[in-house]
Amino acid sequence: MQVKPLDLGTKELMDIYYLMRLGRAIEDRLNLLYKGGRLPGAIYLGTGQEAIEIGASYALEQGDVLAPTHRDMMSQLPRGITPREVFLQHYARAGSLTHGKGEDNYQGDLKRGTFATVSMLPDFYPVAAGAALAFKLRREKRVAMAYCGEGSTSVGDWHEAINVASVLNLPVVFVVINNGYAYSTPVYKEMKVANVADRACAYAIPGIIVDGNDIIECYQETKKAVERAREGGGPTLIEAKTMRMRGHAGHDPATYVAKDIIDLWTERDPIVRFENYLTERGLLNEESKKEVVGRVNEAVEDAVNFAEQSPYPEGKEAVGDVYAA
Amino acid sequence: MSMQPNQSQDGQKETLFIDAISQALWEEMERDPGIFMMGEDIGPYGGAFKVTKGFIEHFGPERIIDMPIAEEAFTGMAVGAALMGMRPVIEYQYADFISCAWDQIVNVAAKYHYRTREAVPMVMRAPSGAGLRAGPFHSQSPEGWFAHVPGLKVVMPATPYDAKGLIKAAIRDNNPVIFFEHKYLYRRLKEQIPAEDYTVPIGKAKVQREGGDVTIVTYAAMLQTALEAANKAQEKGVSVEVVDLRTIYPLDKEIILNSVAKTGKVIMLYEDTKTLGIGAEVSAIIAEEAFESLDGPVLRVASPDAPIPYSPPLEDYYLPQVDDVMAAIDRLAAY
Ligand SMILES: Cc1ncc(C[n+]2csc(CCOP(=O)(O)OP(=O)(O)O)c2C)c(N)n1
Repeated sequence: MQVKPLDLGTKELMDIYYLMRLGRAIEDRLNLLYKGGRLPGAIYLGTGQEAIEIGASYALEQGDVLAPTHRDMMSQLPRGITPREVFLQHYARAGSLTHGKGEDNYQGDLKRGTFATVSMLPDFYPVAAGAALAFKLRREKRVAMAYCGEGSTSVGDWHEAINVASVLNLPVVFVVINNGYAYSTPVYKEMKVANVADRACAYAIPGIIVDGNDIIECYQETKKAVERAREGGGPTLIEAKTMRMRGHAGHDPATYVAKDIIDLWTERDPIVRFENYLTERGLLNEESKKEVVGRVNEAVEDAVNFAEQSPYPEGKEAVGDVYAA
Repeated sequence: MSMQPNQSQDGQKETLFIDAISQALWEEMERDPGIFMMGEDIGPYGGAFKVTKGFIEHFGPERIIDMPIAEEAFTGMAVGAALMGMRPVIEYQYADFISCAWDQIVNVAAKYHYRTREAVPMVMRAPSGAGLRAGPFHSQSPEGWFAHVPGLKVVMPATPYDAKGLIKAAIRDNNPVIFFEHKYLYRRLKEQIPAEDYTVPIGKAKVQREGGDVTIVTYAAMLQTALEAANKAQEKGVSVEVVDLRTIYPLDKEIILNSVAKTGKVIMLYEDTKTLGIGAEVSAIIAEEAFESLDGPVLRVASPDAPIPYSPPLEDYYLPQVDDVMAAIDRLAAY
C-alpha cells in the first residue's frame, strides 16, 4: 500500500487542484441543468466546501472506504468516481452506478472504496464503523471514513456510532462538515456547544477543528487521523468549519442566509485560496491554470453529452435486484 | 388579525389540498392553546413544503418549534407533552424519515393507553407518496407498517375537503394519529370547501363515485387513478363504484361490505407495495365476511414488492397506472 506523504509533492498538489476545479465545474453545470428543467430529480450542491470535500477524502489510500452524504459528490472524485458517472446518475440513465434506481449523489462503488449512501442522516456513520470493524476483525490495515453535516450530529445514531467506535477502538475517521446551516436551520438552533469537535471528549477520542476552506490543512489533519486509525490508534472526530454557498437544494434560494455572510465566505473561496498557495510556490501561473480549466471543461462537456445520449433503463427493471442471488 | 393566506369569506372557497391542511392547522391552533408544533424547518422557513408558512409570525416560536434533526427525540417529546395534557402536532419532513422515530411511535405512543388508560393525543404529519421522481428515500408510502401497530390510527385523505376535516378530527382525537399527506396532491388538487368549521370522522370511508358493476377500493392519490379508470370503464358500459378509505386504520368494513354486496366484484388499488399490505387486509375481510356476495376474485392493483426507483421509466412502470386498473376491470368482466 502506497501511503501519501503528509507534505504533498507537486504532482499531488496539482491533482487536488484539478479535482477542486472539476468538482466546482460539475456542480455549476448541475445547477444550470437543474434550473433548466433538464434533470428529473433534485440537486444538493457542496459549492464552497471543495477543500474539505476533496481534502479529507484525498487522505484515504487504496483499500480504504468512504461514506459520503447527500451533499458530498465531490468527496467521491478522489476515489475515482468519474464525471460521466455523476451525470449518468443525475440523468437517471441505465448506465449509472445505481442503474437508474438511485437519485442525486446517492451513489458509490465499493470496488473503488465508496458507499452509496441513503438520505436518512447520518445512517452511514454506523455503517462506516461496521466497515472498520470488519477491517479490525480481519487484521487488515484499512481505514473507514464517514462524512456528515453538523445538523446530522443532533441525531442519536451519530452519537451511538462514535461511542461504539471508541469503545471498540475502530479504525474510522468521522468528518463533520460544519457549513453553518442544516437546511434553513442555523447552527445556534441545532446545538449549544461552540464546536462539534467539543463533543469528542464525551467519547474520549481526539476532536480536531480544521479550517474547512484550507485544503492543505484539511488534508494534513485528516491524513494524521487516518494513519493513526490505521496503526490502531482508534477513531478521530474532525470538524471542518466552512459555509454552504448555495441553497439546501436546487429549489431553495436560501433567503434566510444574510448576504454579508455569503460575501464574507466568498472572500474565503477555497479554490482561490489554493490557487494563491500554488502561485506563491511557483506551481501555478495563468497558463497552467488555463490548461487545468480547459481539461476540466472538456471532461464536464464530455460527461454531459455522454449522459444525455445514454439510454434510460427499461421499465421492467424496476422490480429487479431486490434480492441478491 | 389573521395573516393566513386563503382566508375564506363566507360560503365555499376553492382550496388546494395543501392549503386545506394549513388552514385546518391554523384554525385548530386558534381554537385550542394546548396545540403546538414541532418539526424541522417549520418556523421561519415554513416547512419543506410550506404547510406552516406564516405560522411562526402569528403563533410565535413557543408554539411553532424548530427542531434539530432528531425525529426520535421530538416524537418522544410529543408523547411526554401529550401525557401532560397538551396536543402536539409534529411534522416529519418527509414520511420517509418517520422510520427514524419508529421506536417512540410503536412502543411508546402506541402502547401507553393500553397499559395505563392515559390518553396520548398527538398527531404525526408525514408527507408521503411517489410520482415526483424523488427516488427511494423521498417517495415511500409507509402507511402499511403503521396500520399493523395496534394503538395507532392511520389517516390518509384523498381530497382537500377530507384533508381539512380529517386533520381537525385527528387533532381532536385522544390517540396518536399518523396523518399521511400525499405530496403529489399538495398543489395539484383543489376543490370548493366550506368556510365554517367541520370535521370528517376518522374510521369512515366514503363512496366517491357510485356504480353497480365493479367496486374499486382505494385511498390517497390513487383515488384520481381510480376515478379516471371509472370514467374509461363507463365508456365501455361498465359501471364502477369507487370507495375511498380515507382512514387506513381503523378500517371502515361496513362501507366496503355494502359496496361488495352491490357489485360482487372488487379491485383493491393502492400505491404501497402489494404484499402483506392494505390490499391483503381488505381482501381478507371480504373473503371472511362477504364470500356469498362475490362474483369473482378480489384483485389487487398495487406497487410491486420493490423500493421506489428514481428513473422516470422505472417509476412509471412501478406505480399503478390507469391501464393496470383497466386490465383488472377487463379480467373481472369474465366472471
Ligand atoms: C433523519 C433525517 N431527517 C431529516 C432529513 C431531511 N434533511 C435532509 S438534509 C437536511 C439538513 C442536513 O443538515 P446537515 O447535516 O448540516 O448537512 P448539510 O445539508 O448542511 O450538508 C435535512 C433536515 C434527513 N435527510 N434525515
